[in-house]
Amino acid sequence: MGPPAYQGAAADERALVARLRAGDRQAFADLIARHGGSLLRLATAIVRNRSSAEEVVQEAWLAALEGIDGFEGRAALRTWLFQIVANKARTRLRRDGRSVPFSALSSPDDGEDHAPDSDRFDGNGAWKDPPGRWSEEDPERLAQGVETRAAIERAIADLPAAQRAVITLRDVEGLEAEEICSLLDLTVANQRVLLHRARARVRLALEKHLAGGR
Amino acid sequence: MPSCREITELLTDYAEGRLGLVHWLRLQLHLGMCSPCRAYLRQLRATAGALGKLPSPEVPADLQAELMRRFEGWKDRR
Ligand SMILES: [Zn+2]
Repeated sequence: MGPPAYQGAAADERALVARLRAGDRQAFADLIARHGGSLLRLATAIVRNRSSAEEVVQEAWLAALEGIDGFEGRAALRTWLFQIVANKARTRLRRDGRSVPFSALSSPDDGEDHAPDSDRFDGNGAWKDPPGRWSEEDPERLAQGVETRAAIERAIADLPAAQRAVITLRDVEGLEAEEICSLLDLTVANQRVLLHRARARVRLALEKHLAGGR
Repeated sequence: MPSCREITELLTDYAEGRLGLVHWLRLQLHLGMCSPCRAYLRQLRATAGALGKLPSPEVPADLQAELMRRFEGWKDRR
C-alpha cells in the first residue's frame, strides 16, 4: 500500500474507470483532459510527425475504450494508456516503413550519434573548452522563458528517435526507468545511455542559447 | 584517475542514483576538485529539471471533437 495521497488517487482513478465502463461521456472527457496532452507528446516523440501522432493517439484512445473492461488496475491508468500509445506508435513506424525495429535504434551509438561533447576535451580527456556559465540555472525559470522553452523543444525534436522517446518519458513525463524499459523494450543499460546522450545534447543546446551564442 | 571526459559520461548515472560505490566515490573525489565538471553536472540537472516543467501540449479541438464522436460510437456498440 502506498501513502494516503496515492491511495486517494487510485480510488479516484477506479471511480473514473467505473464511470467510463458505464458509458459516462464526462468521464471520457475528464480522462482526455488529464492524459490527452501527455499521450500526444509521447506519440509525437516516437513518430515525430505531428499529424501521424494525432492519428496514433486517436487509435490508442479507441483501443483503450475497447479494452477498458480488461483493465485490471494493477498498473496506474496512465501507464496502461502510455503502453497502448507506445505500441500503436511503434506499429505505425513499422507500417510506414520508416523504421527498423525501435530496439535496433537503441544501441549506444544509436546509428547516428556520438557523445555530443566529445570535441570539448583534449587528447587526455581534460576540458579544452569547458562548459560556459549560464545566465539562468533554475529549472522553473528555464521552462518559463518563451525562447528558452523553444530552444529546449527544438533540441528534443532534433534528437534521434530512441533518445527522444527516452528523454520525453523520463524527464518530461517523469516515469521511472523500469517503466520506460518495458514501454520501449529497452535494457536498463541502453535506457541510461540513451538518456545520457539525450540530456547531453539538450544541455548543449541550452548552453548555446544561454551563453548568448558562444 | 578518471579524466573529465570519463567523469561527464558518468554524470547521468550519478544524477539518477545508479552509480556503484566505487564509481560514486571516484566521482565525488573528482567533483570536489574540478569546477568545470561541477558546472556540467549542475547544467545537466537544470536541463532535466527544466524538461519536467514544460507545459503539456493542448489536445487540438478537432481531435478532441473526433474522440468524443468515437466515444458515442463505442457506447452505442456496447
Ligand atoms: Zn573534471
